[in-house]
Order: sequence, then structure tokens, then C-alpha cells
Amino acid sequence: MPTSLLTLKPQPAPRGRWTEFITEALIRAAGYSAVLFVGLILLFLLREGLPAFAEVQVTDLFSARWYPIEAHFGLLPLISGSLIVTAGAVLIAVPFGLATAIFIAEIAPRWLREFLKPFIEVLGGLPSVVLGFMGMLVLAPWVRETLGTPTGLTAFTGSVLLAGMALPTLVSVAEDALDAVPRSYRDAALALGATPWQTIWRVTLPAARTGVLTATMLGIGRAIGETMTVMMVTGNAARLPDGPAALFLPVRTMTATIAAEMGEVANGSAHYHVLFTIGIALFVISFVVNLAASAVVFQQKKRSERLLS
Amino acid sequence: MTRLLTQRLAFALFTLATLATTLPIVLIVAYIVLAGGPAISTEFLTAMPRDGMRAGGLWPAIVGTVLLTLGTGLIAVPLGVAAAIYLAEYAKDTALTRAIRIAIINLAGIPSVVYGLFGLGLFVLFLGFGTSILAGCLTLAIMTLPVIISTTEEALRAVPQSFRVVSISLGGTQWQTIRRVVLPQALPGILTGVILGLERAAGETAPILFTAAAFFLPRLPGSALDATMALPYHLFVISTQVPGMPITLQYGTALVLLVFVLSMNLIATLIRSRARARRQW
Amino acid sequence: MTASAARAADGYTMTSAPPKIVIENLSVQYRDGTESLRDVSLSIPPNQITVLFGPAGGGKSTLLRAINRLNDLVDGVRVTGRILLDGETITGPGVDTVGLRRRVGMVFAQPVPLPMTIRQNVVYGLELAGQRNAAQQAWALEKSLRAAALWDEVHDRLDAPAAALSGGQQQRLCLARVLALEPEVILLDEPTSGLDPISTAKVEQSLQEIKRNYTVVIVPHSVQQAARLADLAAFFLQGELVEVGIGRDLFLTPRDPRTDDYVTGRFG
Repeated sequence: MPTSLLTLKPQPAPRGRWTEFITEALIRAAGYSAVLFVGLILLFLLREGLPAFAEVQVTDLFSARWYPIEAHFGLLPLISGSLIVTAGAVLIAVPFGLATAIFIAEIAPRWLREFLKPFIEVLGGLPSVVLGFMGMLVLAPWVRETLGTPTGLTAFTGSVLLAGMALPTLVSVAEDALDAVPRSYRDAALALGATPWQTIWRVTLPAARTGVLTATMLGIGRAIGETMTVMMVTGNAARLPDGPAALFLPVRTMTATIAAEMGEVANGSAHYHVLFTIGIALFVISFVVNLAASAVVFQQKKRSERLLS
Repeated sequence: MTRLLTQRLAFALFTLATLATTLPIVLIVAYIVLAGGPAISTEFLTAMPRDGMRAGGLWPAIVGTVLLTLGTGLIAVPLGVAAAIYLAEYAKDTALTRAIRIAIINLAGIPSVVYGLFGLGLFVLFLGFGTSILAGCLTLAIMTLPVIISTTEEALRAVPQSFRVVSISLGGTQWQTIRRVVLPQALPGILTGVILGLERAAGETAPILFTAAAFFLPRLPGSALDATMALPYHLFVISTQVPGMPITLQYGTALVLLVFVLSMNLIATLIRSRARARRQW
Repeated sequence: MTASAARAADGYTMTSAPPKIVIENLSVQYRDGTESLRDVSLSIPPNQITVLFGPAGGGKSTLLRAINRLNDLVDGVRVTGRILLDGETITGPGVDTVGLRRRVGMVFAQPVPLPMTIRQNVVYGLELAGQRNAAQQAWALEKSLRAAALWDEVHDRLDAPAAALSGGQQQRLCLARVLALEPEVILLDEPTSGLDPISTAKVEQSLQEIKRNYTVVIVPHSVQQAARLADLAAFFLQGELVEVGIGRDLFLTPRDPRTDDYVTGRFG
């Protein structure tokens, strides 16, 4: 060995090893923190919400009147309000969103696609209060005049705006799912003489159906959880629906109820606790929906891993 | 022939649908620009409000939103990036790791108003911070965490595995490898995710409703324990609860918020495309 | 020669110096149960080129990676038996793998230039080790680039991105990167598989020169390369060490019929 001018330090100095150890410990702790936060959220929701069950009878919670001033805490109108608005939003968002996703993934030329994707993301960046603001000032009057409803602040108005909020997520996830379908599927179909449309409708879309399902579920999750938009345009009348026409009447969602009334409740009152109970309900609903969506994705990944291995 | 006709029809429908989803974006932005433009002036942007918010400027709301966004970033970015590093570089496939991933999915889906309740329960009341910037930032930070974690993890995973193997084979420790090779390469992607996450935090109203926001404050916040005005909340109140509020000022407020949020979007997109062009792999 | 080579399976007869690396009954098993190496025993002489050759799946790369503990990066790998470097055990728990990898460098089949400049690539290992002295780095930089036969081509653009180099240049850069740490052993896993004949010749020439100061263990990408380079040759088949021979013995007069079949191209 020739003599070397190179002097290397000995193996990581004890201090170096310490830094490595501490850094790794901090990183690990950060990773675990996600679980901690979910636990904390659930804990505090329960802490402030469970007392409601002591102060309000369960039967009352499931009655049809939400009138806190007179101690009526029936949650049904709120739940139905959320359901109506969400259902309406999904009915609008899924066809339009899917069509847009198909357009972007399969029909649009490359340059258009590169433009449309970030463009739709812009819609996703619009603050909900801005959409609600526009809905209040522009969409609601239009609904009143064109559809002849007594007021423009209806479940329908809310659904339209919510669809707008859910669209970016839906389009993005669905488009990714369509994109992920292997080229070979399309090529095979075309080689067998199918038109591009037939290929999309009969081959690509069915192949991407789990991704599309996921997109829908995520969109639903987004819609249920929206607060400001619905608060500003759905009229905030807590009543149970009495027929399909209820879509064009004011409703109250669970989220809007919390936002609107929390500022005015006395700390520790029954009303206060019930609002937290609604929060618990929302937490559970979003947990279930998102878990289901990710389970679908997980299954699909496992299947494709088996197929591609 | 009908096959071709069906195709033409379907394609036309889909094009229309896409127009229906994209046109409103343009219209909304244009409308706000046109209706709110007249309100924009130096006074509007830098002066304190007067006459019960019906005149004067947005300065405290702008300052408040900036403070909230920065504060959220200060908390969420180190925590989120570290968590993502854990998931991408250290975590093995165990039940605990799966639990962490489920937790992150969960956090991502919780409605913003529920975050507001949580912030109220823990930070405002239990820990006694009161309605404050601190409580608001902590709440917003936890809400922004999932976005930062998932985009950062994606950016880290995009860095080729071969770099890591080479670094280790040259006598590098795992952290050295992350610090010297992986993180620098993932930085643009991380930045993009951070900016997009903070953009969302800046525009949210519900989480700060009970934790940080106040409508009329005579002065700017002096410390992290003070409440603050904020653009989204301000817009909400002036459009729904202030009688006689000039409509131009309402649109002006919406415009300022929009510009704030969309410029963050623009910066993020620019970072992303520039990074893609300069990539050395 | 033939008599002593027939003596022990590890064929270590060529120099009186003690072996640099001793592999004793090494078995490597992956998580799904596939056995990559089965009971391999081999002694590797210092300052020689040892060639591990054989058809794909023979376990040669696994053996290389066992020597610098790179198999540790794979989840669920089980290693039994042991490996000694200069008489010290390097398998098992409690081994300073960071220090080990500075003494045992590796060049991979695909050139992997780090996303940095040429200079930064070569001194990367030094930076990791805490050697930040500019003069020392510059000295190591020139010395290793010369040894890898790359200095003449890049000395005027050391601060250009390494990704701009051609495939052959990148691979020589990777060799220089390893040499900068002045390791004792250099492992090469099919280093010229993606290269044109001229670059291949340059790399082989470098190896012949540097072996005076290093122990070289190489998995060649062809039997011909194995024959060109081998001071000691070991034939692997499906995880088993079949036979070992000095110089061209295995290629001209193999003892085991399986070796004969492979070397003459009856399978591969």
C-alpha cells in the first residue's frame, strides 16, 4: 500500500452516533404523532359531547324538532339536511366529474390535458367561504327567479355548490384511475376493431371502476364535511323533508348547525354538549367513508400487484 | 355508421360536461375581479377598518391571515415532513405503520368544523389559550398535516432507490443519506405540497371560528395569545351579518382573499414545473 | 498446481499471504424462503482479482452484497455462517457496518451517478466520513480519477453535473468514487454489462492496475471477461459453489462436468 495523505476520521464519532440516534427518535415520534392526534380529537369530542347523553334523553335526540331555545334537540332534521344536500351534490358531481375525467384522460389532446389538470386544481383551491359568498349573491337569486322557489337559499343551491367543491377531488382521483389502466388494454381493444369510444366505455372505464368508486366516496366525504358554503346558501331551516320538493326548500346541515350556533351557546350547557355530539357523528361518518375508500384502494392495489407480478 | 355516431355524440357530451365544470371557475374569478376591482386601493389594503367595517381597509384581516398561515406552517411543516420521512424511509410494514396510515387518512377526512370543535375543546378551553392565534394555528396545523405528509412522502418515494443504496454502500448512515441526497432531491415536491396545504389553511373559516377569529378588533394582535381578524372570517361576517355593508367592499374582500390563495397556487405550480425541468434523474 | 488445487474446495493456494476474506459455510435465505446461497466456503486472496462467475441466479451478487453487508437493506434476509475480513468477523450483530463499507467498496451494474457534480460525486464518501479538508479532498479527487482512467476526460469540468457524462464515463466515475475512500476491498457486480467494448476495456485495464493495491472481487458479465481477468475463479451454480480454480484452469481444464458445460456454452 503506498503511503496515503488521506486521513479519515475513525468510525462515526460517539457524538455522530448520538445525533443520528436523536434524529431518528424525533422522526419516529413525528410518525407516531398522527395516531396521537386522531386519538386526541376523538378524546376531546367525546369529553365535551358525551355529557349530552346525560342531559338529553336519547329519544329526544332522535326526534324531529331541532329547536334548542326550547330544549328540543332532535337531530333528525339536521341529519336529513346533510343527507339531502350531499345526495344532491353527488348526483350532480359524479356524472359531470366522471365525464370530465374521461375527457381529460382519454379524449383531450396532450396540451389540453396539461392545462386542464392544474386548472381544475384551482377550483379546489377556492376557499369555501368565497364559493358560499358567490352562491349567496349570484346563484341563489338565479334559483329563485328561474325555478320559482320562495327563496333561493335551498338544498339544491347547496348541492350545486357542494358539487363544485367535490369536483376537483373526484376528477383528479378518477383521472388517475383511468390513467392507470395499462396501455395494453386499450391497444388490444383497438386492435380488435373497437372505436375509441367503445374502448373507453367497455374496456377502460370498467377496468378503472374501483378507482372511480374511490373517487366518488372521497367526493362524498368532502361534501358531507363542508361547512361554510352550506351555511351561506342552504337557508338554515331545520326541518324534516316531506317529499322530493324538499330539495328546493331551505334545510340545515349538521355542519352548518355547529358553525352557526357554537358562538352563541353557554359553555357546558346541554346545547353546547349536543353540538359536540353532532361533531362526534360527523367524525364517525367521515371515518367510515374514508376508511371504506382506502380499503377499496388497498384491495385494488393488491389485485393489481398479483396480476402484474 | 351508428358506432361512429355514438362516439361523436358521446365525445360531444363529454366536452360539454368538461366545459360545464371548467367554465364556472373562469366566470367566478372574472366576476369577483370585475365586481371587487373598484374597491382595491392602497387604503383598502393597508388601512384599519372604520364605521363598523363598512369603510376603511382590510389591513388587520390581511395581517391576521398572514400570521395564521405562517404560524400553521411553522408547526405543521417540521412535524409533517418528519412524519413523512418516517413513513418513506424508516417504517417497516407492521401493524403500527398501518395504524399510522389509517390515522392520516382519517385526519384528512375530518370536516373542518369538527377541527374547530376540537380546537375549541383542547386548545381554547382545556389548555386555556383562549381564542388566540396560537389556538388557531395549532388547530390549522393538525388539519394541514395529512396534506403535507402525503405530498412529502410521495416526493421522497419519487427519489430513485439506487441513490440510497449507493450512499449506504459508501459508508453513509441512513440519516446522512436522507439529509444529503434524498431530501434535497425531494425538496421541490415537498415545497409544492407545503404551499398547497398552507393555501388551504389560509382559506378556511370553520377551524378558526371558535379558536382564533374575532370580527372587530381595535388593534392588531400583539401576541400569539391574542385573537385576530382573518380574511375568510371577515368575508363571512360582512356578507351575512353586517347590515348596510357596501357590496363593492364585499367583493373587494373576496378578491383580496382570492388573490392571496391563488397566488400561492401559482407559486406552487411554478415550483413544480421548474423542478421537473431541472431534474438530474 | 492441479494437485494443490484439487486439495480443498476453497482453492486457496496461490500466495503465502493470509486470505483477505474468508467465507465460512455461508447461507443466505430471503423472506419468501428462496435460498440464494447454500453453504458456501471460499477464501479470497489479497491483491488479486477473484472472479465469481456462473449463470444467472447463482447467488454471486448475493455473496458480494454479503461481504459489504448490503443485504441488510433487504427486509427479512437470513444469513448463517460467517465472513471474516482480515481475520475479524463481519457477519452477525454488533458489527460496525458503516466502517466496514468504507473498507469494502462496491461498484454496481448500472452506473449510478449521484445528482451532483463530478467533484461532489467523487468526494461524497469522504464527506460522509467527515473528511472536509479541501486539500485532502482535492488530492483524493485527482488520485482516484486517474486510477479510474477518467482524469484526462473530465479534469477541466469537474464542476459539471455528473449526469452529463456518457455511460462508460459514469461507471468509471463510480469506480473513482469508491477509490476515493481508499478501501481495502473492491467489489464489482457486472460493472461493464451496459458498456461498449472500449469503455469495458478501459475498466478492465484499471482493474488490472489497481489490483496491486486492492483486493478485487468481481462478478463478470461474460465467461470471456471472467477468463480475461481471473487470478482466482469460482464457479457458482444455483447458490452452490461448484469449484474454484487458479487463473485459466477452470476455463481450460475444468474438473466438474457442470463447469465444463457452462464454460463451453452448453447452457447459460
